[in-house]
Amino acid sequence: MTSNTHTPLEYRSHQSQMNILGFWVFLGAEIVLFSTLFASYFVLEHNTAGGPGGSDIFVLKDVMIETFLLLTSSFTAGLAIHSMRNNNRNGLLIWTIITLLLGAGFLYMEINEFLHFIHEGATIQTSGFTAALFTLLGTHGAHVTFGIFWISLLLVQIVKRGITEKTASKFFIASLYWHFLDVVWIFIFTFVYLKGMAI
Amino acid sequence: MSTHKSSFPWNHLVGFILSIALTLLAVFIKFKTDFSDTVILWTIGTLAIFQALIQLFMFMHVTEGNEGKINVINIIYSVFLALVIVFGSIWVLTTGHAAH
Repeated sequence: MTSNTHTPLEYRSHQSQMNILGFWVFLGAEIVLFSTLFASYFVLEHNTAGGPGGSDIFVLKDVMIETFLLLTSSFTAGLAIHSMRNNNRNGLLIWTIITLLLGAGFLYMEINEFLHFIHEGATIQTSGFTAALFTLLGTHGAHVTFGIFWISLLLVQIVKRGITEKTASKFFIASLYWHFLDVVWIFIFTFVYLKGMAI
Repeated sequence: MSTHKSSFPWNHLVGFILSIALTLLAVFIKFKTDFSDTVILWTIGTLAIFQALIQLFMFMHVTEGNEGKINVINIIYSVFLALVIVFGSIWVLTTGHAAH
């Protein structure tokens, strides 16, 4: 990527390049943040204090729906950036709206899942296991919620200003954030749900 | 990229299909095979890492841009820190050090 003519719009200005690099550094910090939550979970997962454990409360069907919603939303976020790079504003808008709807669907499922946990007698105060579980899942869910608001505001900018060097760079950064949330979910899916469920 | 229109996002489609396949494979290994818990955990853990790499390279284009190398070094360093935190915490807090 040395010649400017082949560089995507979001990398054109030095400022944009620095913003994208800075966001990668932020994602590095996010990896470390989530690693501390995973570490707490792994240390505490067997400390159920007489309350329910993972195999009692996890429901495979719900988890699979959540996983596929988030996985598909990561795919459509990629298609949105693909449209953006083809200077296709409508494609960018439509794929982004689909991404946000899938994200909202994921949140709906996760909130229902939390209500199910609480119904089964697993509140955040029940045990070390539930405290670590709700903190890990809740931090991820809070990130998804924040992403939905953030990207909604970016949509307004795209409608008002179109695809410019600045809006393209902002959108690209938001897409990195969204893909990152799917990466975190892959590890939650594997090491919390699949690991915790009884065969 | 922006000077010529790339018609179809094959990269993304392949990444998506691989991600679904890896997810279903992990579920299959967990629920439909007779391996020991340890083997299952290591296998589905490896599948998760593959899927994360697919996201990083096929969706996030981690090597892209003038700072591609810095990005990769940054991510490797962060993953190193994450592994130290996770395995270090498990080691220190489950081997009885806390009892002394």
